Amino acid sequence: MILRDILRVLNANHIYIDDQTILDRDFICVSVTDLMSDALAMVCSAGEHTFLLTGLVNAQSIRTAEMLDINTIIYVRDKVPQQDDLNVGIELKMNLFTTSLSMYEASGLLYESGLKTATR
Amino acid sequence: MMKYSYVINKDDYINAGKVSSQIKKILKELNVRPDILRRMAIACYEAEINMIIHSFGGEITLVIDNKAEFIFKDIGPGIKDITLAMKPGYSTANERARELGFGAGMGLVNIKKVSDEFNIESSTKGTILTLRFDLL
Ligand SMILES: Nc1ncnc2c1ncn2[C@@H]1O[C@H](COP(=O)(O)OP(=O)(O)OP(=O)(O)O)[C@@H](O)[C@H]1O
Ligand SMILES: [Mg+2]
Repeated sequence: MILRDILRVLNANHIYIDDQTILDRDFICVSVTDLMSDALAMVCSAGEHTFLLTGLVNAQSIRTAEMLDINTIIYVRDKVPQQDDLNVGIELKMNLFTTSLSMYEASGLLYESGLKTATR
Repeated sequence: MMKYSYVINKDDYINAGKVSSQIKKILKELNVRPDILRRMAIACYEAEINMIIHSFGGEITLVIDNKAEFIFKDIGPGIKDITLAMKPGYSTANERARELGFGAGMGLVNIKKVSDEFNIESSTKGTILTLRFDLL
């Protein structure tokens, strides 16, 4: 499912987009967690087709994504990183979005849309 | 042979992950295969964070020849029961570390899973974690 459609399903807003072409990229897997070590247990090999859905809005969510070659993060419950943390994301060329949905609601919609889990 | 060393400070939450980020860039420039690079980045990041949140500080050394070896050496307080520390879910992480998304008790499990060789030794004087990765 392309990111543009995922964002529509989640009614998500842009925080920062490094690369506009990301909107047309196909995403296969999602890593849903607030625990960084759970995200780091990722089994989905294609980082560029995986995004992180999390309520953890500090710089570590961005660093964790970096380690996994993930460059797209969607935050739940309208959370937005503080400026210092956002700067880390900008430096690392991340694409960051936020949805007002809860983790549970967002996960349900993504599951229905056919997204696979990135962690197991 | 190439050798890189980095100092890690206790409770340095602001810089947490920066060394792993630098190491990842070096490995990328050395054209390490992407799947191996990913495993190395995961292990390095987990171990760096452990040094910051659980230890009094220490040093990360990376030696690369036909394989890659990481040595994470800190100056204490050590891990009392390594078998327990290796158990999924076991964590003594404090509130600050948990706020940052750590404390799942999965770090050492993840490190062991992604590395080709894993060795950990610990006493009250410190912990030495040695990891090896085949580069081919
Ligand atoms: N370098 C270290 N010095 C002292 N204790 C450590 C060190 N590394 C790990 N430990 C101990 O081992 C436990 C388990 O470590 P592990 O990395 O598996 O989990 P965690 O760091 O608590 O949480 P997570 O890594 O999932 O965020 C820690 O909670 C801590 O008690
Ligand atoms: Mg840990």
